[in-house]
Amino acid sequence: MARMKFLCDADRCIECNACVTACKNENEVPWGINRRRVVTINDGKPGERSVSMACMHCTDPPCAAVCPVKCIFPTEDGIVLHSKDLCIGCGYCFYACPFGAPQYPQVGNFGSRGKMDKCTYCAGGGGPEAPGSVEEFAKYGSNRFGEGKLPMCAEMCSTKSLLAGDGDIIAQIYKERVLKRGYGSGAWGWITAYREDIEV
Amino acid sequence: MRVFARIRLLIVTIALLSIAAAVPVYAQKLGPDGAPNPTASVVDQQTLLKQVPRVEGRIDIPDTKAAVLIQPAGRTWDYFHEVLLHWGGAIVILGTIVLLGAAYLIVGRVRIAAGRSGRKILRFKAFERFSHWLTAVSFVLLGLTGLNITFGKTVLLPIVGPDVFSDISEAAKYVHNFVSFSFMLGLALITVIFFRDNLMERVDIEWLKQGGGFIKSKHASAGRFNLGEKLVYWLSLAAGVAVSVSGLLLLFPFYGTDIADMQIAQGVHAVVAVLFIALILGHIYIGTLGMEGAFEAMGTGDVDLNWAKEHHDLWLAQQLANKDRQRQPSATPAE
Repeated sequence: MARMKFLCDADRCIECNACVTACKNENEVPWGINRRRVVTINDGKPGERSVSMACMHCTDPPCAAVCPVKCIFPTEDGIVLHSKDLCIGCGYCFYACPFGAPQYPQVGNFGSRGKMDKCTYCAGGGGPEAPGSVEEFAKYGSNRFGEGKLPMCAEMCSTKSLLAGDGDIIAQIYKERVLKRGYGSGAWGWITAYREDIEV
Repeated sequence: MRVFARIRLLIVTIALLSIAAAVPVYAQKLGPDGAPNPTASVVDQQTLLKQVPRVEGRIDIPDTKAAVLIQPAGRTWDYFHEVLLHWGGAIVILGTIVLLGAAYLIVGRVRIAAGRSGRKILRFKAFERFSHWLTAVSFVLLGLTGLNITFGKTVLLPIVGPDVFSDISEAAKYVHNFVSFSFMLGLALITVIFFRDNLMERVDIEWLKQGGGFIKSKHASAGRFNLGEKLVYWLSLAAGVAVSVSGLLLLFPFYGTDIADMQIAQGVHAVVAVLFIALILGHIYIGTLGMEGAFEAMGTGDVDLNWAKEHHDLWLAQQLANKDRQRQPSATPAE
């Protein structure tokens, strides 16, 4: 069984934000919610790097652990999905997430956040809706994964900085790149998300 | 002029030096030809995470809080919430219940030694009782809905199923968020109206030496409130303020707080709330099962004279003296 992961090769990211746009378009994400974003570190300074970040689909996901209604769960492929029918909008997953992935449609005063939304790895939702159905799309967005395709963000990446797919395979690709070009700032978030790093 | 120029130079130099000292992360590395080497200057994520607790950067989208790239503290908070709080909370609350059960079995109900006299005296006025019960009802609702957020998924979820449990929890969330205001109002009222009678006195030390009324052969004198009640007052006030402040911070996310602050606020809120529940369990026990004649003080407001004599003799004496003074016409009539 493949273990799906994301890997952003920051030494290739040109901060074009195409992944952000692709995600919003593919999943018709509501206004105010960004499932994916690009953060630039050391902006304007030597060694500036940009990292595209969304839900990392963690191993032993902290959001799922802290959810008081157990609406978040990892699938067999390691994709972390959730059910918007069960979500109560408490915000706990947002406190626990190391990557700021959970988003809410409202600001959330008096606990009025609404249902949590986050990257689904373009794999539909964790609710009772039939995979690939209109109802599923309206709630969670695209189900490319069910059609055997990878997330739109990674597929659209013009420099192939953002990689999606089986963890072992994308780790191998990254390792080869680092060896060939002689440098690499690391697999961003991997230690925190998967409790392992890519040793080069 | 020359002096000013020197001072200015000094200030600029110090400013530049302090900037250089403050941002070692951005230190340039130079290539063999002396030119800056951007690739070599890259800070890899492992080094960065050792230097800062949260990796932050610049972001293009308007949502500025999304500029935090990685905050490993989320895992720490997960551990606190799922392991420390679950076990700690369960041990403290169940432990308190076990202790109180043991106290009931060993000490039993503290009876009115002299029996009921049949005469009553007013202990709590209607407004005082209202303030108490406003706080008490709010507290029980907040406690149950709060415990549901932490323990509901282990206790209630397997019984009612995910859909019903989700509906209950969502309703409980709103109850918790809005009942908090009546709790804060009640807390403020209690703080004000009982403040003077809860100031510490010399008799409180004596009360402690006499075993707080639990040793039957000794009599522990007390005013309107004994040391035990005063401790409940002060501890409740401290815990109430702590849960109110931390709760308000959580009620309005990102108003002066960030994720790190909210993690701390949630931790404080949860830990104090568990201890608060344990304290109030003790308070409920002594006010109902644990002592004969105690509940009616907050129930009807009137207590038996013999109960007052045994537990609050100084207060009773004062009350009776006041009554006598009111009954006797004044020697010098008012003009």
